Amino acid sequence: MASKSFEDSLHRLEEIVRRLETGDLSLEESLNLFEEGVKASRECGQFLQQAKKRVLQLVKESGGTFRLEMLEKDLQGE
Amino acid sequence: MIEPRLYTVSEITRHIKMLLETSIPTIWVQGEVSNFTHHSSGHLYFTLKDESSQLRCVMWRTEAGRLFFMPVNGMKVLAQGDISLYERSGQYQLVVRQLQPTGVGELQLAFERLKNRLRTEGLFDERHKRSLPEYPEIIGVITSPTGAAIRDICNIIGRRFPGVQIILRPVKVQGEGAAEEIAMAIDEFNEYEKADLLIVGRGGGSIEELWAFNEETVARAIYRSRIPIISAVGHEIDFTIADFVADKRAPTPSAAAELAVRDKGELLKMVDFLYRRCTKAVQDRLREAEAELNDLRSSYLFQRFPDVINQRWQRVDELERGLLRTFDRLVMGKTSAWKAATGMLDALSPLSAFRRGFSICRKLPEMMIVRDSSVLAPKDQVRVRFHKGSALCQVELVEGDDEPQ
Repeated sequence: MASKSFEDSLHRLEEIVRRLETGDLSLEESLNLFEEGVKASRECGQFLQQAKKRVLQLVKESGGTFRLEMLEKDLQGE
Repeated sequence: MIEPRLYTVSEITRHIKMLLETSIPTIWVQGEVSNFTHHSSGHLYFTLKDESSQLRCVMWRTEAGRLFFMPVNGMKVLAQGDISLYERSGQYQLVVRQLQPTGVGELQLAFERLKNRLRTEGLFDERHKRSLPEYPEIIGVITSPTGAAIRDICNIIGRRFPGVQIILRPVKVQGEGAAEEIAMAIDEFNEYEKADLLIVGRGGGSIEELWAFNEETVARAIYRSRIPIISAVGHEIDFTIADFVADKRAPTPSAAAELAVRDKGELLKMVDFLYRRCTKAVQDRLREAEAELNDLRSSYLFQRFPDVINQRWQRVDELERGLLRTFDRLVMGKTSAWKAATGMLDALSPLSAFRRGFSICRKLPEMMIVRDSSVLAPKDQVRVRFHKGSALCQVELVEGDDEPQ
């Protein structure tokens, strides 16, 4: 999962909390939103727990296109 | 030894050259740079001067490549080299091996001059600064591939917010050409477009080692970058020019990494807090619904509900009885109408006319019903149908209505 979707999940969770807390929803809407909220928070947590950083190197080809190369291991630390 | 005789120009020049080059050792000369030219070949040509004299200087490409700064006119420098003679023009010159600004003061002056010029031009304006993305996906790092900076950045980002992709664009961070490489790397990331944030920097060093980050070409590349940039130059002096132009300044590469991404632990706490608020809100809503339900149950209407239902049932029964009655009436009415119509039909039926003694006559071969005797001629064959049975007949005589029967 890219961190863009982490950002999306987090924003969705914030939005759900805001809507639930205003409280002008039907019970069914509340429960559906809650279910979605649980899913979003689980996604956020999983992303943070599981994600591994990747380190690459940007190389510009003679034709003007770009290529990414893996860096040797010792640079990645940890 | 030079003898009093006739020399060619070349001969005497060579003599003088030898005298000069053998009698003057490697020297240090102090002066101010003027007529500075950076030739496309890479060689530097300039003049060193003081209040009353001038000395032509040349610095070959190999030595010039080791310079950490680019001399400018008016800069006071110390030059180390050998006096030599250029035979073609017969002029002596200093072939410079090493060049350095006269103390830090001179570099500081160049720094201040450039800083003021760029500030006046608006390169440091707050309104031009872009805000950093909250959750960058791809972070571009422009630094030396072998320095501590990239390791520190990778470690801190990996610890704080894993899942970020770090793309290194390795550059030379000091010495000749470093500034140009850094500027080109910034431009390339903008061309590549995929990075959300750039960190440009290096670990600490002397003012000479950090000089590339004070060059105008780097400042302009940072200014024209569409991707937000954090400058991260560990340094002795307070700021580099790059720091002033960058969207955000970090004192070290590690600090830049901390500015770039949020801490995983804090984020987890935040997510947990949001989750708990979510749960509480929905529990509140459930309790509210439960209370609403209890209110309804204890209401008069709800208590009376069985009665309401029974009354409705009674009404339904009534209506059903009424409906059945109406239906029966309707069916009886239709039945008598049907019987009457059937009787009428019977009276009109041709079969009953046969019964009463009428016959029907058809002319052969077309079996055309004969309504008028004039269609017939003697010898014509006709078929006559009676109430029971029929007969094939031959016409003897045809008569009209007015003729005697």
